[in-house]
Amino acid sequence: MSAFPNIKISPASQTEINQYLGQYPADKIKSAVLPVLHIVQHDNGGWLSTEAMDYVADMLKIQPVEVYEVATFYSMFHTEPVGKILIEVCHTGPCMICGAEKLMKHIENKLDIKVGGTSSDGMFTLKGVECLGACGYAPMFQIGEEYYENLTNEKVDEILDLLKSEKLSQKA
Amino acid sequence: MGRKLLLENVDVPGIEQIDTYIKHGGYRSLSKAFKMTPDEIVEEVKISGLRGRGGAGFGTGMKWSFLDKSSDKPRYLLCNADESEPGTFKDRLLMEKLPHLLIEGMIVGSFALGCKTSYIYIRGEYMFVLRILQKAINEAYAKGYLGKNIMGSGYDLDLYVHPGAGAYICGEETALIESLEGKRGNPRIKPPFPAISGLWACPTIVNNVESLAAIVPIINDGGAEYAKIGIGKSTGTKLISASGNINKPGVYEIEMGVPVEEFIYSDEYCGGMKNGKELKACVPGGSSVPILPKELLFTTKEGNQRLMTYESLAEGSFASGSMLGSGGFIVYDEEQCIVRNTWNFTRFYHHESCGQCSPCREGTGWMERVLHNIENGHGHQDDIDLLWDIQRRIEGNTICPLGDAAAWPVAAAIRHFRHEFEYHVKYPHKVFDADHVYQPELVGS
Repeated sequence: MSAFPNIKISPASQTEINQYLGQYPADKIKSAVLPVLHIVQHDNGGWLSTEAMDYVADMLKIQPVEVYEVATFYSMFHTEPVGKILIEVCHTGPCMICGAEKLMKHIENKLDIKVGGTSSDGMFTLKGVECLGACGYAPMFQIGEEYYENLTNEKVDEILDLLKSEKLSQKA
Repeated sequence: MGRKLLLENVDVPGIEQIDTYIKHGGYRSLSKAFKMTPDEIVEEVKISGLRGRGGAGFGTGMKWSFLDKSSDKPRYLLCNADESEPGTFKDRLLMEKLPHLLIEGMIVGSFALGCKTSYIYIRGEYMFVLRILQKAINEAYAKGYLGKNIMGSGYDLDLYVHPGAGAYICGEETALIESLEGKRGNPRIKPPFPAISGLWACPTIVNNVESLAAIVPIINDGGAEYAKIGIGKSTGTKLISASGNINKPGVYEIEMGVPVEEFIYSDEYCGGMKNGKELKACVPGGSSVPILPKELLFTTKEGNQRLMTYESLAEGSFASGSMLGSGGFIVYDEEQCIVRNTWNFTRFYHHESCGQCSPCREGTGWMERVLHNIENGHGHQDDIDLLWDIQRRIEGNTICPLGDAAAWPVAAAIRHFRHEFEYHVKYPHKVFDADHVYQPELVGS
């Protein structure tokens, strides 16, 4: 019986983790904490439970607090549950002057949530994030590993509707 | 048309694949570099006059010469691909389209510095770029450009990618090292500098993506040839990330010395202002550098034409000048509100402050709240002087430059656009439009 019964890691992710563990000196594998947290978060519902963080501590042979302090420092790690589709809208300067705030308002209205919130069906979480390095292609948002750029209200509707129907059909 | 040393082949289909890259002259700097001694390579980079392209503009060859070669510890070359300065997106283009150019530059750099292992630290949001790099690295191993006894030279090198996880501060080199060691990105007190004691307390050099890519043309054509481009101490070409209210946002490679006016209005670059609006202001080097009003943008206060060089953009110091920084060139039209933009940038720095130094941790949040009040119709006349006072107490009083980076935009906005702050305070009902925009929350609320 595993000490971490709820943690799932796909075979592909395990290969990726092993690759990371091999790229630092043997006594420095604590270095793998960020890449491993990314992978564990991805495979476990998009957020890091205490169990998930303890699992990473156990794997890297470090104290749990060494993982907690890292997980709470970096903005890409979530220590609370998020919706199935996390929309991260860049709202920093260059995106702001190219319409990011109006775009955000549109998404708030469309999903009937406020920035920072999750829709009642648990499908969408909407976040405002700082500069994603897409200033020339503003406004934009990131969902998962994908960048969606030069967005308009129409494009947003299309993208979100499509992603939602994909998630629903996965379930069915 | 200016010469293109980095982006010459950026539009070639499939250039991210090694065979296409080699067909277009890729990896030829290696055979030349392996015939040189490491010191000769460092000297060539010094001759080129190349200055760090991440923003600080420190001589790359000079930085390399600081590496402690007396110790028998391993040495590391780290590529800083944590590109996060608002307005900057050039390194992403380089890595997405020309991953092998970066790898080639890193092989030459690692050889010159005597590193057996090197890492590319890339911001976590660029995971899709990391995967492109990983594929390119695998190709380079398969061709024998990485691994044991590269091209029969007897030189061994392993190159790895490492993702960050969303922290602007990790672009500061000692924070990057902490992060790569698996810790929070808290900058270290210097000295010791990384060249003496960096990653795992070993001698370490941290260079920006664009700086390392520029090593390739410097070795191919010679440092002297590279130094012929540009003006004075601003040599070579520079990637500029152009954004904001212009017709053609994007990444442009310019020869150092292009006039700012030409850069904004020429069809070769930004293509002029979008929708025929008037130009109001420009942040020429990423969000950290002082904003310049139109009157100081094309001609310096001393009456000289303003050029895209380190020196010309800085002419007049902070009283009437700015900086080239990372080349994050943000253009504002007449409809943009300087107070809102300053609030936005300040929120960014508050969000990104690591929290180690009180002046930065507390000061950025304080400025954010004051600016929030002014922008939303609750400002007082004294608030403008208060802001000036807070930024002055942050600047120079922190371990790393994030404090300065947070202070400078506020100081410059008040210096050049004080009237806009006063207008907000005097006529709150005219500027407060709760309806048209979403209201970002205060950081930490």
